Amino acid sequence: MSKPTDLVQGTLDLLILKILALEPLHGWAIGQRLKQVSGDTLQVSDGSLYPALHKLEQEGWIKAEWKPSENNRRAKFYTLTRPGRKELEREAANWNRLSTAISLVVQLKET
Amino acid sequence: MRLEHWFYTVPLRLRSLFWRAQVEAELDEELRYHLERQIEVNIAAGMSAEEARYAALRAMHGLDQRKEECRDMRRLNFVDNLWRDSRYAIRQLGKNPGFACTAIFVLTLGTSAAIVILGFADAALLKPLPYRDQSRLVAVFESSPRNARSIVSYLDFTDWKNLNNVFSSIDAFALNGGFTLMTSTGAESVPGTRVSAGFFHTLGVTPLLGRDFKPDEDSPGATRTIIISYAAWQRRFSAREDALGQTVTLNGTSSTIIGVLPPDFHFAPFGGAEFWTTLRSTDPCEKQRGCHNLMTIGRLKDEVSIQNAAADMQLIAQQLSKDYPDSNRDFGAATLVPLRDVIVGDVRPVLLILLSGAGLLLLIAYVNVTTLLLLRSDKRGREIAVRGAVGASTARLFQQFAIEGLVLAAVGGLFGLVFAEWGMRFLARLIPGDKLASMPYFRDLGLNISTIGFSCFISVLGGLLFAIIPIARTSLSQIRTGLKEGSRGNAGITWRRLGSKLVVLEVAVAIVLMVGAGLLGKSLYQLLHVDTGFRTDHLALLSLTWPPASYGKDQQKIVLEREVMSRISSLPGVESVAVSLTSPVGPAWGSSNLHVVGQPIQGEHNEVLHRQVSSAYFTTLQARLLSGRYFADNEDASKPLVAIVNRTLAKKYFSGADALGKQIYYDWQPQLPIQIVGVVDDLKEGPLEGEALPVLYVPFEQKPVAGFAVLVRTSQAEALLLPNMISTIHAIDPLISISNSQTMTERINQSPSAYLHRSAAWVVGAFAAAAFLLSIVGLYGVVAYSTSQRTQEIGVRMALGAQRRNVYQLILSEAGRLTAMGVVLGLGCSLAAARLLRTMLFGVSTWDAPTLLAVPVVLVISALLASCIPARRAGSVNPVEALRSE
Repeated sequence: MSKPTDLVQGTLDLLILKILALEPLHGWAIGQRLKQVSGDTLQVSDGSLYPALHKLEQEGWIKAEWKPSENNRRAKFYTLTRPGRKELEREAANWNRLSTAISLVVQLKET
Repeated sequence: MRLEHWFYTVPLRLRSLFWRAQVEAELDEELRYHLERQIEVNIAAGMSAEEARYAALRAMHGLDQRKEECRDMRRLNFVDNLWRDSRYAIRQLGKNPGFACTAIFVLTLGTSAAIVILGFADAALLKPLPYRDQSRLVAVFESSPRNARSIVSYLDFTDWKNLNNVFSSIDAFALNGGFTLMTSTGAESVPGTRVSAGFFHTLGVTPLLGRDFKPDEDSPGATRTIIISYAAWQRRFSAREDALGQTVTLNGTSSTIIGVLPPDFHFAPFGGAEFWTTLRSTDPCEKQRGCHNLMTIGRLKDEVSIQNAAADMQLIAQQLSKDYPDSNRDFGAATLVPLRDVIVGDVRPVLLILLSGAGLLLLIAYVNVTTLLLLRSDKRGREIAVRGAVGASTARLFQQFAIEGLVLAAVGGLFGLVFAEWGMRFLARLIPGDKLASMPYFRDLGLNISTIGFSCFISVLGGLLFAIIPIARTSLSQIRTGLKEGSRGNAGITWRRLGSKLVVLEVAVAIVLMVGAGLLGKSLYQLLHVDTGFRTDHLALLSLTWPPASYGKDQQKIVLEREVMSRISSLPGVESVAVSLTSPVGPAWGSSNLHVVGQPIQGEHNEVLHRQVSSAYFTTLQARLLSGRYFADNEDASKPLVAIVNRTLAKKYFSGADALGKQIYYDWQPQLPIQIVGVVDDLKEGPLEGEALPVLYVPFEQKPVAGFAVLVRTSQAEALLLPNMISTIHAIDPLISISNSQTMTERINQSPSAYLHRSAAWVVGAFAAAAFLLSIVGLYGVVAYSTSQRTQEIGVRMALGAQRRNVYQLILSEAGRLTAMGVVLGLGCSLAAARLLRTMLFGVSTWDAPTLLAVPVVLVISALLASCIPARRAGSVNPVEALRSE
């Protein structure tokens, strides 16, 4: 299936936004970066990446432009927009709240 | 934030929609770039070029599905697919015209029936009456133990007006309406009534032109003023503004026109009223508290509920009954009814029954189309599986189904609207004018917002039904496996069973309605061809009355009668002329008490109809004389009193003995014995469908009456004679007012009982036709569906040696079984239903064998013809192919 089953629903958006906040990248590079930073823990299928990118673009959070890539071929580079940055802040805050809460629960001592 | 958001998104959406090719190309390029990079990486990791390519594609989990997801994300798919699916759906329908025509026909039938009936119901029950704030209007009745809704006397009305605290205004109108209007061509009876001065104010109606009555204009001394209806203004005054202020002579009094009512105004108790003048208590009835001739309408004060008002009126009625025991002893109560209920009261239950009938038809139509769609979706199993395999998501397939269903429902709904508009006009035309006048809310029936809205609503509902059922049937797993095998789901069998039951029910409903329509149609025929005892063709009729002042003496009436007869008989084509108290075939009025001379009187009441007729009456009608003679020309008051009786009278009061030569006397001349000189066979003097009544005929010139009917037998077209007759009579005296000018054929066709029978036969017949067609289509659908489900079984049978004949038998026996069950159930219910219809039947018994036989025969033959189509299809199954597909 295309859905990253081991990825919390909606988290992929957050990851993409965060990666693009650092620098504009094209799709393949975003996939590589994801594998790289998470050390293969986050298995994001190549297939699910593009629909997510198109959704974010359609929402106006990232925008795309065609530029020559590092191997000098035309590639579609995505950049974070201003509303995208705000969205990232919101999503990140959400994630922090959620993960703190979950880790608190997980750390409960069994008696 | 939102605005900024749109700033980014709107151009993107537009781009996705309108530069689709470019967006598609970019999507391709983006994904290709990805694949190439991945392939490079894979080759670097040591794979062969081929392996690298496969690995990269695998990592995508299906390139086309991903592309479709990307398109979905861009939201362009929805609009795009909508358009594409609609075109596809229409193309599919076009490819299968048999299916499309049947489904659209069934839907049109169901929706148009529902919309027509709803149109009527909307006009009568929902559309506001043309009065301001109509929910505050109530009709107020006096109530006696015998009659809760008794009309009101003028003096009680004035007391109510003065004593009540609950109405902001209360007004009355007289129930005995109608005026004689002097026109340039002579006197004419015109519909209209008298109202109290505040009547239109209470209804909240403002005249279109001119003014309303002033508060004191109903006092006896005020000058006569009238308000005319919009129709009268158009017709009689050519819609000229100077109609205001004109003077017309109404009932011999000159009155000034002061206003014209708005075009949409109607008032059902006097639907056709053209002239409205003021009540001024000049009628003798209005001087007595015991004489009831008014209906009252009150407008409730803002804070008063109808219950509170009823309580207040109750107290007033009780007080009046104490104060005036002579007249009001029995009227110690009052009843308040919302005006709307008074106006539409009669038609509400009829409409509700029709509405449920139409709802049932609509439901059957939808079920039938669903069955047909299932049949089709079964045949399209492959197509669906292929579409699923090449990347159509379940949601996408659902959308495709939904669009097909909606297209079908929309086309059906559109046709339904067109036919409904036509049907409403047709049905409204079937209502005769005087009937329509008492139901003025049906005057301008037609499509409006609510009927169009309703048809949209049911079409969407139907479209969803058409979408959901085939989808539920074609489950997701089937899309997967459909490529390999023609699997049969449980849903299919469930539907088959449910469908069979519904078809049995449909056939039964069709049988009941068809038997009902058959019985009603037959009784209409019997009624119109009932033996009236005389020749009904080439007979022209009219009635005349005159102002009470002229022709007061008997001699004057006789002179007038002779003058009318002699002038009309000289008209071209006239064979003979006669007069009578009233025309045959009509209400049974004019009755009296008869005694046979020599028989003891024991207080019995021997009621007979009496008819004062001229000597030529029987020869003009071409009646059958049983014994004795007809009246002679010169039998007037100077001659011995004579009478002719009909067969029923002779039988009833002379117990079979010869009535000829016997003497009788009559209520109005108890001292004067009358000799019976003739016995005629029964003529239909009373209503068309009633039993034969005893009738006593006496010579007009021995007992002249104030007003009579003229009957003319002609050798030419009788309708053409009528205008000549009217002008001839007006040439004698323009003050004579003429009514009921018609031919005998018209009189019979338009008689209330014929009207009742005709409308019942039409309505039930229309429903029966619809139910019949639907049941046949339903049967076809179910049999064809079950045949398609049994293709493999049939293949096996044929492989094992079954002949085509056996296959036909197999299919037809299934159809036959369903039809037989429906017919038996239907006939059982018809017998019960016919018993309910008993009072509506005329000359036909509820056990009418020809009807009870013909209906099932028609239905069974049609059902078998319809099932021949799937039977032929089953018979042409190639066993090898059928088995291989398993």
